[in-house]
Amino acid sequence: MTTATRTGFAASTRSTAGRRRFEGVVRIILLACSGVAVATTLGILASVLFESVVFFREVSPLAFLFGTQWSPTGSPPAFGLVPLLAGTLLITLIALATATPLGLFSAIYLSEYASPRLRRVLKPVLEMLAGVPTVVLGFFAALTVAPFIRQAGTAIGLDVASESALAAGLVMGMMIVPLISSLSDDIINAVPQSLRDGSLAMGATPSETVKRVVLPAALPGIASAIILAISRAIGETMIVVMAAGLAANLTFNPLAAVSTITVQIATLLVGDQEFDSAKTLAAFALGLVLFFFTLALNIAALRLVRKYRQHYD
Amino acid sequence: MNQISSVQPAPAPVRILAERPEKMAARGVNIHYGDKHAIKDLSITIPDRAVSSFIGPSGCGKSTFLRALNRMNDTIPSCRMTGDITLDGRNINGRDVDPVQLRSHVGMVFQKPNPFPKSIFENVAYGPRIHGLTASTTDLEERVVESLKKAGLFEEVKDRLHQPGTGLSGGQQQRLCIARAIAVNPEVILMDEPCSALDPIATAKIEELIDELRQNYCIVIVTHSMQQAARVSQLTAFFHLGTLVEFGDTDKIFTAPRDPRTQDYITGRFG
Repeated sequence: MTTATRTGFAASTRSTAGRRRFEGVVRIILLACSGVAVATTLGILASVLFESVVFFREVSPLAFLFGTQWSPTGSPPAFGLVPLLAGTLLITLIALATATPLGLFSAIYLSEYASPRLRRVLKPVLEMLAGVPTVVLGFFAALTVAPFIRQAGTAIGLDVASESALAAGLVMGMMIVPLISSLSDDIINAVPQSLRDGSLAMGATPSETVKRVVLPAALPGIASAIILAISRAIGETMIVVMAAGLAANLTFNPLAAVSTITVQIATLLVGDQEFDSAKTLAAFALGLVLFFFTLALNIAALRLVRKYRQHYD
Repeated sequence: MNQISSVQPAPAPVRILAERPEKMAARGVNIHYGDKHAIKDLSITIPDRAVSSFIGPSGCGKSTFLRALNRMNDTIPSCRMTGDITLDGRNINGRDVDPVQLRSHVGMVFQKPNPFPKSIFENVAYGPRIHGLTASTTDLEERVVESLKKAGLFEEVKDRLHQPGTGLSGGQQQRLCIARAIAVNPEVILMDEPCSALDPIATAKIEELIDELRQNYCIVIVTHSMQQAARVSQLTAFFHLGTLVEFGDTDKIFTAPRDPRTQDYITGRFG
């Protein structure tokens, strides 16, 4: 044993300088890594802000925020945000109306009803949907869903544009189903089993238990999952570029073609562009609006969870 | 109440098991958890209006058997049971029995207090609401107050009925869970180590409460504390390795056990 050779604590002379230096280096490397991410975010924000200021020297912020016409290539060009905001909102609403029930109900099925074996198979399959590249979902929307909706609409005498908000919204909804179901499933699973036992032992049925005990306890978390999904939907580009169209119509008709903030940013910057015209600079102003929305939504989700988090010790 | 407490006086300390009316009974019960044979050929008769306690070392199957009495084991997929368990002579595992219905007659209080994340009032109102037991809001309020009083909690919470049940102390939470169980008028109350998460003062209050409740209910309590079994129960069952070793009057079990294993356990030689 080492006890024979080991000196006592009072007499120990081993230096700690080397170890301290090593710990210091490790710390600096780790700090630098997280620093890169933060610095990049700040850098992007600064660049977007800076270019937006240049844009707003040419176009008044009021005309941008409240203008109801968007035609950056027209003469004179018009930079009204309202049609794009409406289009973004419309598609997001359609996506949510699709994804919230689908995602939430599949989460409830997975966590409360499915056998552990089925759950082990179903959950990864559902999450695979999140791995489908959005460009694939985009052409699925444009080439399969949109024509189908158009034909179905024509069959019952409705006038449907070949690129419609409905097609884009439905497919975007499918995109965010796994986001909502996976997050909600985790949240529902975090509700302690003792609460379910308590409810079942009162003679409540499984569905009464879900409705009256499990869901209320999980609600803040589910709400924040939905907010994160909204923020994801607002920022989504490929699906809407392909399926929603470019025409910036100010309409809430889901069967019409609409355009979104992200679509316009993409089209403004695709191809060779000079970066000093109001047309390209508008992309930065749109980017700023987008950044503001997603940031606000993410903060809202975070606060919701913090405020209403149930403490089960 | 569906029991007529005024007709039958508080049970006198009857010494003989046979003189007590049967409430629940098990005949040849075997329970398997996956590969584990948790309960082996168990038969027992649990009397009404008395406290029966189940004691025994950890893993002896006492909680498993308790959960079989209101079919809570149904919620565990790997759990299988054979044999008969009856309540007032009716097989609780019969095809015509809905476990949901059964559990409204056989209530349960758990090891760790588990109030719902709702107000104190809503916690107690939960059962009457889902079973549609009350005709009006006034009815419901009366029943909530009555249940809280029976659980000895009303005086402490009457000014904050609409505050969260999770804000109460551990002992109060457990009494809230008892009030919640009482509110659906059960005939049997199962308690799975109801005091193991509580301090001695809170424990004493729950034990007092159990002693009062036995006048109207059949109570079965699983406990790790032999002192508790001796204090609150009239009958004690000793479980060991999935078998029921001995069941009889608490006094006899603790002073003159028939089986050497019981003797060893109560004198602290194992467990």
